[in-house]
Amino acid sequence: MSRTRFSWCGFFYCGKGKRLMIYDVAVIGAGISGAMIARELSQLNVRLCVIEAAGDAAAGATRANSGIVHAGYDALPGSMKARMNVRGNALMEKAAAELHVPYDNCGSLVAAFDDEEEKSIDELLNRGKENGVPVVKTSGAEVRKREPQLSDNIRCALWAPTAGIVSPFELALAAMENAAANGADVFFDSRVTAISKKDDVFSITAGANSVQARFVVNAAGVYADEISRLAGGDAFTINARRGEYVLFDKSHSVRTNCVIFGAPSEKGKGVLFSPTAHGNMIAGPTAEFTGKEDTATTREGLEAVLNGVRRYAPGIDRRSVITVFAGLRAMSDRHDFIIGESKTAPGFVNVAGIESPGLTAAPAIAEYVTQTLINLGINGMKKKDATRIRKPIEVFAHATPERQCELIAQDTRYANVICRCEHVTEAEIVQSIHRPCGARTVDGVKLRTSTGFGRCHGGFCMPRVMDILARELGQDLSDITKSGKGSWILSGRTKEAVE
Amino acid sequence: MKADVAVVGAGPAGLAAAIAAKENGAEHVVVIEREAHLGGILNQCIHNGFGLHVFGEELTGPEYAARFADKALALDITCLTQTMVLDISPSRVLTVVGRDTGLCTIEAGAIVLAMGCRERSAGALMLAGDRPAGVLTAGTAQRFVNIEGYMPGREVVILGSGDIGLIMARRMTLEGAHVKMVLELMPYSGGLTRNIVQCLDDYGIPLKLSHTVIAIHGRQRVEGVTVAAVDQKGVPVKGTEEYVACDTLLLSVGLIPENELSRGMDVKMDAVTGGPVVDSHMQTSVPGVFACGNAVQVHDLVDFVTEEAQRAGKAAAEFLREAAETASDYATRAGYGIRYVVPQRLRKDGEKKTLFFRVSDVFKDCTTVARSGGKVIARKKRTICTPGEMESLCIADEDIVGSVVVSVEEA
Repeated sequence: MSRTRFSWCGFFYCGKGKRLMIYDVAVIGAGISGAMIARELSQLNVRLCVIEAAGDAAAGATRANSGIVHAGYDALPGSMKARMNVRGNALMEKAAAELHVPYDNCGSLVAAFDDEEEKSIDELLNRGKENGVPVVKTSGAEVRKREPQLSDNIRCALWAPTAGIVSPFELALAAMENAAANGADVFFDSRVTAISKKDDVFSITAGANSVQARFVVNAAGVYADEISRLAGGDAFTINARRGEYVLFDKSHSVRTNCVIFGAPSEKGKGVLFSPTAHGNMIAGPTAEFTGKEDTATTREGLEAVLNGVRRYAPGIDRRSVITVFAGLRAMSDRHDFIIGESKTAPGFVNVAGIESPGLTAAPAIAEYVTQTLINLGINGMKKKDATRIRKPIEVFAHATPERQCELIAQDTRYANVICRCEHVTEAEIVQSIHRPCGARTVDGVKLRTSTGFGRCHGGFCMPRVMDILARELGQDLSDITKSGKGSWILSGRTKEAVE
Repeated sequence: MKADVAVVGAGPAGLAAAIAAKENGAEHVVVIEREAHLGGILNQCIHNGFGLHVFGEELTGPEYAARFADKALALDITCLTQTMVLDISPSRVLTVVGRDTGLCTIEAGAIVLAMGCRERSAGALMLAGDRPAGVLTAGTAQRFVNIEGYMPGREVVILGSGDIGLIMARRMTLEGAHVKMVLELMPYSGGLTRNIVQCLDDYGIPLKLSHTVIAIHGRQRVEGVTVAAVDQKGVPVKGTEEYVACDTLLLSVGLIPENELSRGMDVKMDAVTGGPVVDSHMQTSVPGVFACGNAVQVHDLVDFVTEEAQRAGKAAAEFLREAAETASDYATRAGYGIRYVVPQRLRKDGEKKTLFFRVSDVFKDCTTVARSGGKVIARKKRTICTPGEMESLCIADEDIVGSVVVSVEEA
């Protein structure tokens, strides 16, 4: 069902026909990189749009990663990764606060069991110092004091106090909401298939849309190489490296206070075990090269994750697992971020190969790309009425009883609990649909409100969420999808199929 | 608000408990239900077969539930629908939120927990593959078909031969879907024999025992699943993998008693049943807090839920009167071949008791036995016992002289 709908913030569904406005900047990709760049650009006096192939923001790696804000000891000194990681880490707390997304500066430990691993810890310590990151070597005893549930066999560890955790998709969605509220146009379900240039203006064919812009930012994740090729930009290759994850229930008996990494060794990078911003524990990832559409988990990969974590957290209980998923890292063949104007395509700015530490780097990349575009000639003046603040979302379940009563008095839909496991109310779900760049799918509601994240994982609430989406969007129940075009949930009414 | 007895949940367990509490002297009985209607999960179980024992009739789920809902209303029991219990304090104060009540507290003299259970999800199974639309639990599918009037798909594979999976195999077929097969990890089905006959055999739907789904395929919507045979340990056997095209995967892979509220009150839990430890009066480890129905153990027949709930409601009313004398109590234990026994504790009160239990494997031509103080106090000959069908034994109060051990003896 296609429809053109113009909301006050200039947000389009799959619109039909040519757009007459020539944008100053078109950002391709609404993952964490594109979203934070769009948010930064939306503060300026520029005509801005975001073009996204999927039905919602944060559809790729952004919604399937560990949510770690890295300290910066891992990236090679002198690399773009190191520079963006360290700067991004410094900017993250403020960015999260402005966007009203919870950020926890919990720190991280890299655990070593033997000589080889202790050597690699020492290497990371040196790298950290070179990158200007506060890192300290700690003993096994100190590790167990900080984290009593970890293995007795841990000999020593690297402790990085500036590391943290944030919800990566919540951050991206908040950034998109901020950008849309500041006037950015957003085109979803719009895969870019052609880019041409005439008289200093790019013409982008994206789904049913034709978008024109003076500058283009390529933040297209695993497809950034193909997008660059379409524009006649730099030639590089992006390989998709899949990482599988296991998520444990909040009540899981084994918890840590900070992020735990296994030391890198001959065997590989080592899996991590970390609290998430939502209060769960996450384990993973694996690392295997695969196709750009292959986000399938595998039996072997999931077992490898559990075995990897069991090494330093022996008590983990697979009966507490509530979900598994996989994301694709965009690995460039240059083994570093590729950020900058393309030499062969003036005005075309690549933001490619953004694998880890991409989430951490996002605020810094946004700052860097915005400055690059200002140097290239976009208007660097602040836009009147633009704001860096995304309106805070009030979570009923976290409010005091007094505040809960006030909310109910304002809107009786706060008294109607829809997600029984997480206590998310109808009012919050309705708001998530009507905010700028709001939810239009079941997953869209899930990522914005945590509905369906709990023990029953949507078993009870999905029909009710669909009822609310259908009502609020004026659609039939069978039009509601899981995550956009093609992901239909209901095939039709009963009795239709019976002769 | 104050109440003599507060019942959490208005499914068959909650309603029967509320009625029993009222009929045994509790004046102000409140039932709190998060759905808009009374009846619980029975409202979506439109097939018949409910009430064979309690009413001597074969009712549909909604009909069975209506008998109790009507009686509850006739007895002037306060029913708060679309109201959710957020928390219960150890001092028996419930915090609830609902459109009619707003946010408020209920101080209860006694509480009956009847929250029922939830279904195990695909993620909890660590089912590998893609995560497209079209993977849902059988109960959610049942809600779409029977309450909303929509079909969740056309070409269906069902994983798990528990009763809900079997019922939905038939239901989807009756609505014109093509149910290709039902897969069961174990070498025996988890559902009632009559359901295998009436839902699979009668419709020519193949049941593949010792099989499972090892991967889901499809980017936006399910396109197929890879199935495989498994060995005795449940490990897929290499070389038996088979791709089955379908657009829907229904899961009937386990029910888990809902006990967030119980845990919040520090009620002692049984790790095997997933429910609270209860005595023969359905009282939990917290005095004045009782539990019944699927929240205590996953039942097969609602008739036994009703019986259990009536005991709980009666005991809740007696608790208010402090009519229950302090009696000595003994533990029950699961012996050979038994997975768990409910109730976990027995009170010497002069009344005969019924022990409910499940076996841990399939036993043919066997005898279920209860022993206390070294003597056999009850036995029942059975042609077959399976984990999917709950068993029971009646014992006399005077025979309880120590722990009661239930076991299976093979011929």
